[in-house]
Amino acid sequence: MTAIPTLAVKNAKKPARVTGHGKLAAVYLAPGMLGFLIFIVVPLIASLVISLFDWPLFGTPKFVGLENYTRMLAGDPVFWTVLGNTLFFAVCYTVLNLVLALGVSTWLHSLGSWGPFFRVLFFIPVVTPMVANALVWRLMLTDDGVVNSFLANFGIHGPSWLSNSQLAMGSLIAMSLWQGIGYNIIVLGAGLNGISPNLLEAARIDGAGAWQRFFRVVLPMLSPSLFFCTVMTIIGAFKVFTQPYLLTLGGPGESTNTIVLYLYRNGFSFDKLGYASALAWALFVIVMLITALQFSQQKRLVNYDN
Amino acid sequence: MTTETMAKGATPNIGTLKSQPPARRRKKRPGTYISRAAIILAGLIFFFPFLWMVATSLKPTSEVFSTGSNFLASRVEWSNYVTAWTAIPFAQVIANSFLVSIAGAALTTVVSLLSAYAFARLQFKHRDKLFLVFLGTLVLPQEVLVIPLYIMMNKLDQVNSLPALIVPFAFGAFGAFLIRQFLLSLPVEFEEAARIDGAGSLRILWSVILPLVRAPLAVVAVFSFIDYWSSFLWPLIVINDVSRATIPLGLSMFSGERGTDWGPLMAAATVAVIPSLLVVILLQRQLVKGVSMGGFGGR
Repeated sequence: MTAIPTLAVKNAKKPARVTGHGKLAAVYLAPGMLGFLIFIVVPLIASLVISLFDWPLFGTPKFVGLENYTRMLAGDPVFWTVLGNTLFFAVCYTVLNLVLALGVSTWLHSLGSWGPFFRVLFFIPVVTPMVANALVWRLMLTDDGVVNSFLANFGIHGPSWLSNSQLAMGSLIAMSLWQGIGYNIIVLGAGLNGISPNLLEAARIDGAGAWQRFFRVVLPMLSPSLFFCTVMTIIGAFKVFTQPYLLTLGGPGESTNTIVLYLYRNGFSFDKLGYASALAWALFVIVMLITALQFSQQKRLVNYDN
Repeated sequence: MTTETMAKGATPNIGTLKSQPPARRRKKRPGTYISRAAIILAGLIFFFPFLWMVATSLKPTSEVFSTGSNFLASRVEWSNYVTAWTAIPFAQVIANSFLVSIAGAALTTVVSLLSAYAFARLQFKHRDKLFLVFLGTLVLPQEVLVIPLYIMMNKLDQVNSLPALIVPFAFGAFGAFLIRQFLLSLPVEFEEAARIDGAGSLRILWSVILPLVRAPLAVVAVFSFIDYWSSFLWPLIVINDVSRATIPLGLSMFSGERGTDWGPLMAAATVAVIPSLLVVILLQRQLVKGVSMGGFGGR
């Protein structure tokens, strides 16, 4: 297994005697590649085809060309609201997540034998069902919930965390950070463990202060892990659905409506599978563009010579 | 890198949670104690939502809000668990969740192993190109696929069926990627020796490879189990009969019906959280390995 989390893919060695295993390979690959074809490639293309239709759940689909796309881009202000919300969520969530995870994992690293226990503790919400997590946050953040009762102890009249349009998105981001940060704490913690203490010791002897060691040694050495975290966190952020679905229902108004929630509603509440597929492709293109952009900058930003 | 060096920890191993010991032992400074006190406090605050979930699940409905931030109610109300158990066909929902998660994990693991073996050990045309395309699914949001998948399930008359929850999501690249990377770090000599002894390829896979790849197989199984266990959007779309629901969907349906009945709702949430909690505690090493390989990523 790779020592450092990395998105650089190893290539399999060519065997010494190059005999083809074509038929044998076909047998082994059959289940995986058929499944890949039927449940991933075909739906991806089908999604594009469906987006060219007016496609109700029941009834006959009608070809409408690019109408869904023109409506999305020019005739549906909700799309731009939803896109803006999702971008806002993704930027805030990713930046806060990475900064906090970097801070916490460095802190835990300095705690020696206590570190692993807390790393696992912070990881728990990643694994517990998001629905259960979201429901308990809804309970805590309701107007007379425990957060506001706690604030009342200090004479503070707590706001409506989930139904105030200024605060609802912030609440979603806070809940999502709690839910997801353990993932990056684990990855960055593993990256930190991979940095040789001798290197830091050498930097110390050379007179580098704590901050200098962090920015000049630790951060470059950690860049493969950070790159991995950034790619995964941004993708995760664009898929946000369960939090608004259960905490705010996308409201108040459209203030916490996200691409996937809007996609779900168009498909399964508004009976517009074609339009929902156009939204799905918008999501797909955005995520792929951002990921490609990151990979194109990988060589410049990431230091792989360990 | 061989398994032996990995086991000895000669190379920094992603699988170990232990921090490396400091180069030399230093005396504990007062800062250490402050830092430890602070992390305990931070840990408690972080874990609070789970404590609140359990505390609420034991409160009578009348006291859920009236006790304010009082942690415990005047009396322990176990009947919330009974209410939750009978309000939704909870035993059925839990059984569905286990069935879907176990079958899904098994299917994913077997398919991944077969693909990984072919990609790591067999020689065929366009192998590395095909693998790279396949690997692209690691960053493909599954949300993009749900509408065509729903139409497909509808055409196949599989709406409201448990196979519809299992089969479409067993073919991601994560498992094959993880096992393949591991296989590439193993020497091929064992397999060569077995081949010279006349073992066929299936036999080599079964008797030589399988015992060696148990660790990454466990990682794949654990991850797909949790993925199926927590999955929400797809069950929400393809299941509308509560007797076919998995736990997250059951919870959501329950909260839709009795949104303010927090005691029983938190009782059900507590039950949903416990298996995941056990997995984290018992299988932390597998989880750490899997996370570092892109588990829970785009799928």
